[in-house]
Amino acid sequence: MERTFLDISRVVVRFAPGAPPVLNGVDLKVKQGEYIAVIGHSGCGKSTLLNVVAGLLPATLGGVVLEGSEVTEPGPDRAVVFQNHSLLPWLTVYENVRLAVDRTAGRTMSRAERDAWTLENLALVRMTDHARKRPNEISGGMKQRVGIARALAMRPKVLLLDEPFGALDALTRAHLQDQVMAIHARLGTTVMMITHDVDEAVLLSDRIVMMTNGPNATIGEILEVGLPRPRDRLALASDPRFLSAREAVLRFLHERHALPAVA
Amino acid sequence: MNALAPPATPDEAMSSTTMPMRRAPSIADRVRPHVQHGLAVTLPPLLVVIALAAVWEWAAGGPDATLPPPSRVWADAKELILHPFYDRGGLDKGLGLHLLASLQRVAVGFTLSAVVGVLLGMLVGTSRFAMRALDPLFQVLRTIPPLAWLPLSLAAFREAQPSAIFVIFITAVWPIIINTAVGVRNVPADYRNVARVIRLSRFDWFLRIVTPAAAPYIFTGLRIGVGLSWLAIIAAEMLIGGVGIGFFVWDAWNSSNLSDIIVALTYIGIVGFMLDRMMALIGRAVTRGTSEQ
Repeated sequence: MERTFLDISRVVVRFAPGAPPVLNGVDLKVKQGEYIAVIGHSGCGKSTLLNVVAGLLPATLGGVVLEGSEVTEPGPDRAVVFQNHSLLPWLTVYENVRLAVDRTAGRTMSRAERDAWTLENLALVRMTDHARKRPNEISGGMKQRVGIARALAMRPKVLLLDEPFGALDALTRAHLQDQVMAIHARLGTTVMMITHDVDEAVLLSDRIVMMTNGPNATIGEILEVGLPRPRDRLALASDPRFLSAREAVLRFLHERHALPAVA
Repeated sequence: MNALAPPATPDEAMSSTTMPMRRAPSIADRVRPHVQHGLAVTLPPLLVVIALAAVWEWAAGGPDATLPPPSRVWADAKELILHPFYDRGGLDKGLGLHLLASLQRVAVGFTLSAVVGVLLGMLVGTSRFAMRALDPLFQVLRTIPPLAWLPLSLAAFREAQPSAIFVIFITAVWPIIINTAVGVRNVPADYRNVARVIRLSRFDWFLRIVTPAAAPYIFTGLRIGVGLSWLAIIAAEMLIGGVGIGFFVWDAWNSSNLSDIIVALTYIGIVGFMLDRMMALIGRAVTRGTSEQ
């Protein structure tokens, strides 16, 4: 087996002393270049897990080790694409990405190199034509693409996606998923993606981590998606391997770990 | 167009006279909507002012009226209205010069309060300790009416000019502090997370994220502050004397020049309105694109 790249070990997160922990003993080893999807019902703590890996939230017990060093604070090696894009509205698309580039590569790259690197990442998500626009002048899908460009521009070891396509319409979402697949194929970045969309998880990832319901949530099951890459959503739509993986996740979510009727 | 399609029947000829055929819009056509909009906006308040003046003329027209009617105001204060910048030395100056003196004091006092207010507001908005320590103090101090500060400030500065400026400062600074603090506290958590991920320095965090994110709140505070400054300076000048529109009003009262007072009040109102609009415009220009959507 390959060397572990990202090691999440026995992570427990408790927000208030005495309260039941949100996450209880999450253990996951991720290989370099792997695409991991974390899926579960709302409130299962999947975003909490992502925040622990990002370093935005400290684990109560346990910890995260990335390439041999422990995660203690947020940093550009674990770039996050936030659910609601989180672009700064007073900066243009270019400036939003450039700010991240300046902060993370200010010492190692010259001014011209940083400019070129910013444009290269905008080109990667096909936003070159809109580089001078402000976030409120572009669509939701475009904002999310800029968010991805900003994260990639930090040259992260792990790209953390927090329900990146959740707020988008189905067509835009499909388009963006294809782009993310293409970028992953090209750059080989390790990705951890939080999602509640079963099709998205199966289509994009190498392994699907299924979370039990919170509180006391933990990993219920891990599914290896054995589909060869590059993947094509049309060809997969009727592929028996795709369908069986999809069914396995659906069974987990709606049979064994269905939410109580109240939700 | 007419040459291309001449009216063939009397019927069409009729319709072409009642409904002219489409042609390139002339200048008059293009200007008309703007003129119409302008009239729709300016006409109603103008009518109200005329109606009010008429009522006033009627009410103050009697022999034992205590206030002069508009016609008397015009007759008495024509020179004041038509020549705002005459200067006969001493305190006998046109209203424009008095207004400029007052505006100068406001400019200095308000600039001071803007700088101090934004800085203190940032401190209070960022540090929980500073907020707990300072907020109660601010809440008590801000309820003190501007003029109540004047005796103390005269005692401290021993001169009219700095005292007046201090009164403006102390009046305008509270809403600026409080609004800035609210704006800083309301910086979205997402921006904080972005800043943490890219490891923004504390200085850059303030300069590049907090300041633009809080700008709409800061400008709300500045707008309230400039209005309060204008209120305070008029009152303060009545007491400290010298050149200034507040003193002018008080001086006119002492010499029973009621018409002059009415003219001066009109000017004070117009200048106050312009200060408010100016602040709003600057705010809109600076914070363009700052707020989401």
